[in-house]
Amino acid sequence: MNVFEILGPVMVGPSSSHTAGAVRIGLMTRKLLAQRPVEAVIGMYGSFAATGRGHGTDRALVAGLLGMRPDDMRIPDSFRYAKEAGFQFSFETIQLREAHPNSVMIRVRGEKGRELTVQASSLGGGRIMINRLDDIDVNCTCEMPTLIVHNMDQPGHVSHVTTMLSQNSVNIANMSLYRNKRGGRAVMVIETDQPIPEESIRWLEHLEGVLKVTYINVGGEI
Amino acid sequence: MAFESLEMILQTCREKNLPFWEAVLLDDMNERNTTREESVEQMRELWHAMKEAARCYDGEIRSHSGFVGGAGKQMEEYVKDGKALSGPFVGKVIAGALQMGESNACMKRIVAAPTAGACGVLPAVLVPYEQERKIPEQKILEALYTAAGIGQVIALRASIAGASGGCQAEIGTASAMAAGAMIHLRGGTGEQIIHGAAMSLKNLLGLVCDPVAGLVEIPCVKRNVAGAVIALSSADMALAGIKSRISPDQVIDAMKEVGDLMDVRLKETGRGGLAGTREGQEMAETLN
Repeated sequence: MNVFEILGPVMVGPSSSHTAGAVRIGLMTRKLLAQRPVEAVIGMYGSFAATGRGHGTDRALVAGLLGMRPDDMRIPDSFRYAKEAGFQFSFETIQLREAHPNSVMIRVRGEKGRELTVQASSLGGGRIMINRLDDIDVNCTCEMPTLIVHNMDQPGHVSHVTTMLSQNSVNIANMSLYRNKRGGRAVMVIETDQPIPEESIRWLEHLEGVLKVTYINVGGEI
Repeated sequence: MAFESLEMILQTCREKNLPFWEAVLLDDMNERNTTREESVEQMRELWHAMKEAARCYDGEIRSHSGFVGGAGKQMEEYVKDGKALSGPFVGKVIAGALQMGESNACMKRIVAAPTAGACGVLPAVLVPYEQERKIPEQKILEALYTAAGIGQVIALRASIAGASGGCQAEIGTASAMAAGAMIHLRGGTGEQIIHGAAMSLKNLLGLVCDPVAGLVEIPCVKRNVAGAVIALSSADMALAGIKSRISPDQVIDAMKEVGDLMDVRLKETGRGGLAGTREGQEMAETLN
């Protein structure tokens, strides 16, 4: 951990995981939606469901969805700000399979009608992970440009993607590969230091054996 | 972070003829690829946020559960009346630790150091000391780098999360960091810094994380006092020339082992210890 992960963050209490992390999840959901949210159904799981109210997790998630950061003094009153902003929300307790104990699933609708379901977890110290976007497993922080490619499990796909990144002078920060079975469906999740050009993303979509390409670039840490 | 042990920080200090804090600063510049000015400026903002958090304490507010609030004000008034057994300075440290812990529980803005639950320890010793002794800000920033370096090594070798290491990992680490910071402010050596940190940690070894209803309130607020006062006594021992008979890095390793052996009911699950008492359970039930 770096110096400012030991000292910091500057945050509204009481818990870095249940409050600061929850604000970040709300804010990241808003960034991923890329619209002002107008309605959300927030499903709390595990420790979030059990101790969330006492830790202000509910108010923290709403604060983040309203665009507040973890040190915003308005967090405790976020429900009132939501009402003023015309943002409607409700909470429910949900069950998830094999999820981190501090997890939440947010179904959100934006002002221009876009809908998105985000499943995320708070890992401690305010750090978060986005686990699912709609029906795609992503398991990344989404703080760096992130490319998620679903493809058939055949030789050559990783090479296509990494060659494309290399040609664009994009450096890979993290990369992981999964597959459901040999020769089945595979997923690669790649976090990069630089953004990836739009036309290269479109080029990937048309490659044979590539099933789906998702690109996330919300621009920087939150 | 390049340092795997406190001894390694001291070794770097000896090789490059640096004070402890500067070895930590140089490592941060290298690690995050920033300039000296950027790093120091960020530390300055953090220090200002810490002081602001101490200043904004409100003795009238209570936490959402209603379990905590007001103790910091009571303590401050008691110290002002000149009644404190431990004297006016330590009295202020106790009040400051309670106040920051309560501010955190009441959803005020604080600085996690190293965690939100332990956010009262470091400012409790630094804020009154700076005020009373008129310490230049640069010295305080150096003390904060010293504290951060200690925290980094503990995070790497053991843990700073109550859920994995118990309260010793949170308040124990905060106390070790605060001891190191104070030793720097009193002109102590690198050797004294790491031995003071080790003695703090040793005094809090085995402390479990047993919060009532899983909230960062009971006993977290008052444990900030333990961390702050033990930091002072450990710093004084180190400055007197007393050493930890077990080397500081091995003390950290012992903390990790104790955390691993600790029952899960005593690691932030709200089940064992104080959380598991009849009263603790009854309090938890009032929230549902």
